[in-house]
Amino acid sequence: MVSAILFYLFALMILGGAVLMVTRRNAVHAALWLVVTLLGVAGVFLLRSAEFLFVVQIMLYIGGVVLLILFVIMLVNLDAEARQPRFHRQWLLALACAVVVGAEIVYVLLSGLEAFRLAPAVTAVQTGGSTERLADVLFSEYLLPFEIASILLLVAIVGSVVMAKKRI
Amino acid sequence: MNFLDAIWLIPLFPLFGAVLMFLIGRRLDPQPERSPEALEPELAEAMGEDAGQEHGHHPRFAPTRRLISWICPGTVLVSLLFSIGAVVQLAGLAEKAHQVILYTWLAGLPFHMGDGAVGRFAADLGFLLDPLSGVMILVVTFVGFFIHVYSIGYMGHETGYYRFFGYLNLFVFFMLTLVLANNYALLFVGWEGVGLCSYLLIGFYFHRKSASDAGIKAFVVNRIGDAAFILGIFMIFALTGTVRFLDVNQALHGLSAETAGFGVLSLTALLLFVGATGKSAQIPLYVWLPDAMEGPTPVSALIHAATMVTAGVYMVARSNALYSLAPETMAVVATIGALTAIFAASIAFAQNDIKRVLAYSTVSQLGYMFLAAGVGAYWVAIFHLFTHAFFKALLFLGSGSVIHAMGGEQDMRKMGGLKDKIPTTFWTMAVASLAIAGIPGFAGFFSKDEILWQAWSSPYGSKALWAVGTVTALMTAFYMWRLMYMTFWGECRADEHTKAHIHESPPVMTVPLTVLAAGSVLAGWLGVPKAWAFLPGSFHAFEHWLEPVWVAAAHEAGQGAHEAALEWALMGLSVLLAVAGILIARYLYVQRPELPDRIAEASGPLYPALLNKWYVDEIYNFLFVDGLAKGGGRVLGRFDQAIVDGGVNGAGWMTRFASAVSGWWDTWIVDGTVRLIAFAVKMISYPVRFLQTGFVQQYAAVILAGMAVALGYYLIK
Amino acid sequence: MLYPITTIHYVILSAALLLIGTVGFLTRRNIVIILMSIELILNAVNINLVAFSERFQAMEGQIFAIFVIAVAVAEAAVGLGILIALFRNRETVASDEIDLLKW
Repeated sequence: MVSAILFYLFALMILGGAVLMVTRRNAVHAALWLVVTLLGVAGVFLLRSAEFLFVVQIMLYIGGVVLLILFVIMLVNLDAEARQPRFHRQWLLALACAVVVGAEIVYVLLSGLEAFRLAPAVTAVQTGGSTERLADVLFSEYLLPFEIASILLLVAIVGSVVMAKKRI
Repeated sequence: MNFLDAIWLIPLFPLFGAVLMFLIGRRLDPQPERSPEALEPELAEAMGEDAGQEHGHHPRFAPTRRLISWICPGTVLVSLLFSIGAVVQLAGLAEKAHQVILYTWLAGLPFHMGDGAVGRFAADLGFLLDPLSGVMILVVTFVGFFIHVYSIGYMGHETGYYRFFGYLNLFVFFMLTLVLANNYALLFVGWEGVGLCSYLLIGFYFHRKSASDAGIKAFVVNRIGDAAFILGIFMIFALTGTVRFLDVNQALHGLSAETAGFGVLSLTALLLFVGATGKSAQIPLYVWLPDAMEGPTPVSALIHAATMVTAGVYMVARSNALYSLAPETMAVVATIGALTAIFAASIAFAQNDIKRVLAYSTVSQLGYMFLAAGVGAYWVAIFHLFTHAFFKALLFLGSGSVIHAMGGEQDMRKMGGLKDKIPTTFWTMAVASLAIAGIPGFAGFFSKDEILWQAWSSPYGSKALWAVGTVTALMTAFYMWRLMYMTFWGECRADEHTKAHIHESPPVMTVPLTVLAAGSVLAGWLGVPKAWAFLPGSFHAFEHWLEPVWVAAAHEAGQGAHEAALEWALMGLSVLLAVAGILIARYLYVQRPELPDRIAEASGPLYPALLNKWYVDEIYNFLFVDGLAKGGGRVLGRFDQAIVDGGVNGAGWMTRFASAVSGWWDTWIVDGTVRLIAFAVKMISYPVRFLQTGFVQQYAAVILAGMAVALGYYLIK
Repeated sequence: MLYPITTIHYVILSAALLLIGTVGFLTRRNIVIILMSIELILNAVNINLVAFSERFQAMEGQIFAIFVIAVAVAEAAVGLGILIALFRNRETVASDEIDLLKW
């Protein structure tokens, strides 16, 4: 029961934050609403017993990405931007498409509801915490993708420095 | 020491000397700076540079010049010693031929033989010593050595000393290669090499136009003969499949003589003979030899009298097996030889330049040699070559000594009375003149008499050939003693300055003269007439020595036809004519010196014709230089203008026309097509362009719309 | 229907977040907010992954979520770098003024 209440609370945070983020004229406000959404997602992770991801979501997304975005917003002059139309001129078309796609998704999910019901929940053999098991798999079976991800981050660091600097 | 296996070294010694001269000669003999006016041809001629002039100032020469004087004659002396050793050892061999083949020089050139089969043209770098080449190397090295020694004195005051000796050594190298070669291809190398050296030495005073012209003339005229010679070599190969002398002789031995008509063998022999006429100055290619006297006198003696010009005779004798199979060509050889002999002798009548008289005399004597070869008496031809080498070299060297004494004067009309002033020169030249005139006891008598006897008695000979030869003998005696009397008797007609300077040459020049004079006497005693039966067999050594060479020939000429009485009679006649010639010369030039001019006046056009050498040079000039070369040039020029230029212009016009058509095609068809396609693409793409806005968000919207449609399609289906 | 919470609730939540992010991506002119919309989309994916990871008791879902986060961080870093370079050159962050991809 508690978890259900928490789920709806988090869902509200996620969807409300997302809608407000998309609709705010001020980019700084949008970024702050993004923080609310991300916190909601972190709560969902916790509900689904992904403790490690919860921590990563808070530290990396909110502490890293959003902070970066806020820095960029401050670097970029947005005063002139703020006086211009908020939305693209194709907004109606885009919204219509999105609604159609959403309707289709809902239709698919509802028509496939039986499948979700029938599929039996796997009862896990609890050996240690979720983080410990995650580490086991990540550093044995997924070691190579892990290392490749580190190279990707290295490339991203170099690339962003190259892009952002005036003169190398 | 085995000299027989070392015969390949014989040509290499002079080559060593030549290479040394070309590499370091200039350092040993630093050349004095030439003043610009010394390069003026007229002035150089006026100073008479071609003789060692005694007047004027002499440039100082480096003492290292003496080294050249030792090295170059020294190499030839070593060759001479090796040659003597080799010939002595050859005499001890049962089979009188020794071949040393170093390696295959030309190998495996495919060649279509006469019978259609494909042969391989192979030639060795190989050397053959047999009695014939033995005689030749002895002549070349012996005479060559003494002429080298003589040159030390004669060229002593000249610039270009090292160059002269370098060329001379190079010549000896090529000449020895020529006579020692064991095949026609290597012989041809020597043949061309001596031609090159001849060209270089004729043009030794290259700053004088006449000398360089004479060199070019000699080279060009020789080329004509050489072209025929090389064709002849190929013919021989096509006939026999080899160019090696011994193998060629072997192969020809099986063939029968072309007694009827003119066939392949005759053509081959004739081609070789044309080559020989070029090198040995026979009609019609003799014209270069008199002009070759522009070279220094030792060169005239060595190359243009004793050795190189006899290469043709040597080659014909070497090919005796072939000639014996081609009687038609032998008749041609004998006729050309006889005609050249009398023709050149007639020109020698009227020449006033001492060296030119000797040059025509050389041509005439070479004619004798070919006469002998043509009647099948090859050994006599070689015998005359042998004796002639001594007395003609001596005559040239003597004339050089006279010119030396006269301070460069070559015109006999300005000489006279030199008999007491230069006695050694006089006595040695007198010996040589007696020899060439055919006075018994001297070398020329024996060889010339044998030629006349063979012309009379050989199956190939005829009375007409004998008559021409005998008349030539009279003429020879006359013009040679005309030379002697004009030079050494009577009043001295030189100017006072020259007269005061007349002096005998140094010993380095007179010693070779003396040695050659001894040779001019003794050389003949190796082949005394058959009629002189009272002498032991060793006096016929020359004939027996050469006999192995002719074994391959089908038949030997003249043997067995010796009738003692007839031979004595003919001998007596020729001696009589020789003495008559000498006496006529004495009468005309000593006792009645005014007579020759009156005869010349009375003779009408004959004397100018003789003086101008029968206008042969002018005729050749008209026919070949003006007619063939220049006239042909004009024809070719017109051909160029009309056909070639026309063709070029036509091609140009065609190109312009074609390019105009092509340009029109490009503009309207090619470009039109391209533009049409571009226009079509533009038209078709016009609607598509609306989608390409460049805005990322629009693209994303299209993606989303597409996704909606695709998803909807699957859901509805 | 609303209770108990099953996997399908997470999936619907995820789909809704995805659609909101898509709409944001398609309709906003400010590139900074477009980038933030991309973050929303990626988070929607992560919710899905984690939900099914719990459902099947398999760690792969969480691992892929980690990789998605890593890619998102990299994307944000590079994207913002490009944004700064773009702003420096064009003095704008409006997406409909940037049409360099046009023919």
